[in-house]
Amino acid sequence: MASDTIAAKTTETGAISGLDALEIAGREKEPSRARKLWFQTWPKLTAIALAILIWQAVVWSGWKDPWALPGPEAVFPDLWEYVQTEAFWSGLGTTARRAGVGFATAVAAGLVLGLAVASNKILRAALGSMITALQTMPSIAWFPLAILLFQLSEQAIFFVVVLGAAPSVANGVLHGVDYVPPLLRRAGTNIGARGFNLYRYVIAPAALPAIVAGLKQGWAFAWRSLMAGELLVVIATKTSIGAQLQYARELSETERLISIMITILVLGLLADAAFGAADRAIRRRWGLLDRNN
Amino acid sequence: MTAATPVKESATAAVALSGVTKVYGRGSEAVLALDGLDLTVRPGEFVCLVGASGCGKSTLLNLVAGLDKPTGGAIEVAGDARPGLMFQESALFPWLSVGANVELPLKLRGLNKQQRRDRVAELLRTVHLGDFGKHRPHQLSGGMRQRVALARTLALDTPVLLMDEPFGALDAMTRDILHDELERIYLERELTVLFVTHNVREAARLADRIVVLSSRPGRIIHETTVDAPRPRRIDAPEVAAIAADVTDRLRKEVIRHGQ
Ligand SMILES: Nc1ncnc2c1ncn2[C@@H]1O[C@H](COP(=O)(O)OP(=O)(O)O)[C@@H](O)[C@H]1O
Ligand SMILES: [Mg+2]
Repeated sequence: MASDTIAAKTTETGAISGLDALEIAGREKEPSRARKLWFQTWPKLTAIALAILIWQAVVWSGWKDPWALPGPEAVFPDLWEYVQTEAFWSGLGTTARRAGVGFATAVAAGLVLGLAVASNKILRAALGSMITALQTMPSIAWFPLAILLFQLSEQAIFFVVVLGAAPSVANGVLHGVDYVPPLLRRAGTNIGARGFNLYRYVIAPAALPAIVAGLKQGWAFAWRSLMAGELLVVIATKTSIGAQLQYARELSETERLISIMITILVLGLLADAAFGAADRAIRRRWGLLDRNN
Repeated sequence: MTAATPVKESATAAVALSGVTKVYGRGSEAVLALDGLDLTVRPGEFVCLVGASGCGKSTLLNLVAGLDKPTGGAIEVAGDARPGLMFQESALFPWLSVGANVELPLKLRGLNKQQRRDRVAELLRTVHLGDFGKHRPHQLSGGMRQRVALARTLALDTPVLLMDEPFGALDAMTRDILHDELERIYLERELTVLFVTHNVREAARLADRIVVLSSRPGRIIHETTVDAPRPRRIDAPEVAAIAADVTDRLRKEVIRHGQ
């Protein structure tokens, strides 16, 4: 009798494991890392090569004088020289610090605002549409007021960077919390996550993809506001990437001007890649990613 | 609203509903989902609720689970632990591994790390998924996900298990195996189960008692006790006979409702 039950149990285990093995077979194949990297890289490299080629072609066509529009062969050596200067590194330091502090503040403000509005009906009615309205305001339109309030100062730039980015972050949070599947909320409540714990263990992680999307958009606004700010609010004692761009124009150093523009472009691309990587990592964890992405 | 009436046999009931009414919405858009429903589930009993779609089965489970409040009547659940609820979709958290999903209720109950690790391992072994703790839910099949959800619910250490069409989305072979699994766990752990399904054969395969609900608003129109010894095969003649009888009653009810 006893041996019977054991036998019955093992066959049962055998059937269930066999079915499991059948069902998840072939689900875990992944293309190799090198292959994936190559597939992601070559289209980008080709696009860059093509852009440089078009630029060169325009220069060769003689549309503008070389001092107004220099070609790649003049700009790239200048770029190489530029990144070795003391000015580049201290400018990069100032710009990165402003971007970091401004964006971090915007994220903190946006998260608090977004959570407050998402969890409180009265705040939502009062502020929900205001956040969207703020988001549509081009940040450069804030500068006249910022300069009146704070003169040509760090605070003026900070003010606009935060105002530019925080609404997007708040909107991301709001959107994320609103779209948490009710089923997950109920499952969370049922396993004992109530009040703050429900936010901590269920709603916050469930809203994470939307929050990251909000952060990414917020960053784009912060970066644009910062560049606009550094062009408009030049502080004589402090060099920055934007200020150097302004100087290069004033001194008609076109090679340098384009070198700085390329720098700005590359910085933007790097930040974008970082957000993209975070987004993909989340979606891979969640199983929302297509196999070949 | 109806005052909460004391439940008479509360000492011998794992779940007792008396005069439970549930109205969704207000005014002209109000929907009467449950109307004065009385139901008592004895400790250790396996009760299957069957009824047409929209008759208030999910509503009833939500009320017993405490996720929603009845408009009238009283609900009593024995013991301190809240009942565990399982859904048709596994409702696993996609950002957590299988092991972490099972661990979360233990964490919320305040168990320490070592205790949690032991319990998670034990619970995953119970559902034959001992090797899958590090997997992500999306890497598993539907049937495996439901077993993880069962393990997560068992982690509540609640004597009462509420299941809302938990195997409704699975293929027949997987469902058969999960019936065996659920029955084994139900017997081993001496659980009380309130199981909703629209699959009458499933009800006859699993239940001690089948409760048939009317179309909306939900009221109990029929009860059948299933005496056939466990484990039953879903294609056994006595299961088929009971299923046929319940199906007839359901069909009559749907026709009556349509008139
Ligand atoms: N949150 C809700 N708000 C309004 N009506 C609801 C809600 N939940 C369920 N209902 C209605 O109550 C009735 C019973 O629903 P439900 O309990 O889900 O039925 P079942 O699970 O038996 O299919 C249905 O008519 C449904 O439309
Ligand atoms: Mg339902």
